[in-house]
Amino acid sequence: MYNPAPSECAHLSCRPSSRANSGNHVVSSPFLEAVAVTCERDGRVLFEDLNLCVGAGEMLQVTGPNGSGKTSLLRILAGLMPAASGEVRVRGGAEGLLWIGHAAGIKALLTPEENLAWLCALHRPADRDSVWRALAAVGLRGYEDVPCHTLSAGQQRRVALARLYLDAPALWILDEPFTALDRQAVDGLEAHLAEHCRQSGAVVLTTHHALTVTPERYQDLPLGTPT
Amino acid sequence: MGRVFVSLIVREARLLCRRPAELANPLVFFAIVIALFPLAIGPQTSLLQSLSPGLIWMAALLAVLLSLDDLFRSDFEDGSLEQWVLSCHPLSVLALAKVAAHWLFSGLALVVIAPVLALMLGLPGRCLPVLLGSLLLGTPVLSLLGAVGAALTVGLKRGGVLLALLILPLYIPVLILGSGALQANLQGLPVAGHLLWLASLAVLAVTLTPFAIAAGLRISVGE
Repeated sequence: MYNPAPSECAHLSCRPSSRANSGNHVVSSPFLEAVAVTCERDGRVLFEDLNLCVGAGEMLQVTGPNGSGKTSLLRILAGLMPAASGEVRVRGGAEGLLWIGHAAGIKALLTPEENLAWLCALHRPADRDSVWRALAAVGLRGYEDVPCHTLSAGQQRRVALARLYLDAPALWILDEPFTALDRQAVDGLEAHLAEHCRQSGAVVLTTHHALTVTPERYQDLPLGTPT
Repeated sequence: MGRVFVSLIVREARLLCRRPAELANPLVFFAIVIALFPLAIGPQTSLLQSLSPGLIWMAALLAVLLSLDDLFRSDFEDGSLEQWVLSCHPLSVLALAKVAAHWLFSGLALVVIAPVLALMLGLPGRCLPVLLGSLLLGTPVLSLLGAVGAALTVGLKRGGVLLALLILPLYIPVLILGSGALQANLQGLPVAGHLLWLASLAVLAVTLTPFAIAAGLRISVGE
């Protein structure tokens, strides 16, 4: 469970882990660290005492059946939802992460270019050229200025994912990024995520789909069945 | 920070231009309610004239309330609010920009058509400057206070009635001062006091409510 490599901090557990390990974390200052996080929804405990730590170059895939708290965990990690107990630390705070949720913040009445420019303005402003390049990278060349409601679900998801091809923070938290994408887009995105990890980025994601391309430092965090 | 404020207002303007019905609904509601009063009360000019300050303000207040229910709803449902919460800009600034855009496109339009409807009720022309002044100072307060309620109820399926219950009591001072100013003007009394009170309420609302709206949005997103 615990990865003993000295400069790395990959470790996660759903039980109270040996706290002696935490000494290693200070060395490499991970992007994301969660200590003894418990999540409760409507009086049901989805998971408790969950510890995890994601450093540069790592990918963490959260798996589990529907209702096991994957999205809740990601929302807690992103700082959108308070945890019932425990602590989450993100290097750089909310500015240090990029969150793409199940609903990705794409306005149906705006064009892909307008949507992307606005999402960038919220975080890191991007110029028109880089927005167009990002849209071309996700295969939306020629769709820059049509309203998003005329695009298919998969194309709308691509608009949201185009943010990953712009200047973005190092830690990406993605909830079901592969939803509605076709085979080719899935392969492209998997390769892009692996490449991001190779360039010292970090990715936390949920998906039911088995990844075919994974970076060297890949981990899987299974969440239990709801009780 | 100023740039994101302006780009949010531009974004809202684009969205409204592409769905103009949202802009028109409160205005049509305002006009119809005012047009219904003479039918219900009767056409006596003197009676309508003495009632007109209260009628105009009540109709304006309800029109603003009606338009506020959906203020944050679409942003909540499509995940935009999550991105706002995680933005590197303060959420209170984004909330203020959102309400400013809403007021610019619906509140200001209300102020513009109000004189026509006021003349319909028999309000003398000399009262129009005070009508415009009181609405210009009062409607931003209505929008800002209503946005606090809208932020808190955005996550609820049927937030409309709850929003009205939460917010209407808070509208009482604005209603009293706004219609009071007009009433005083109608009777030839000085109105500076009423308008200054309204102005101070407006300043108070602009400075304080953005923080309350931001807190409400955080709670709604965190549910």
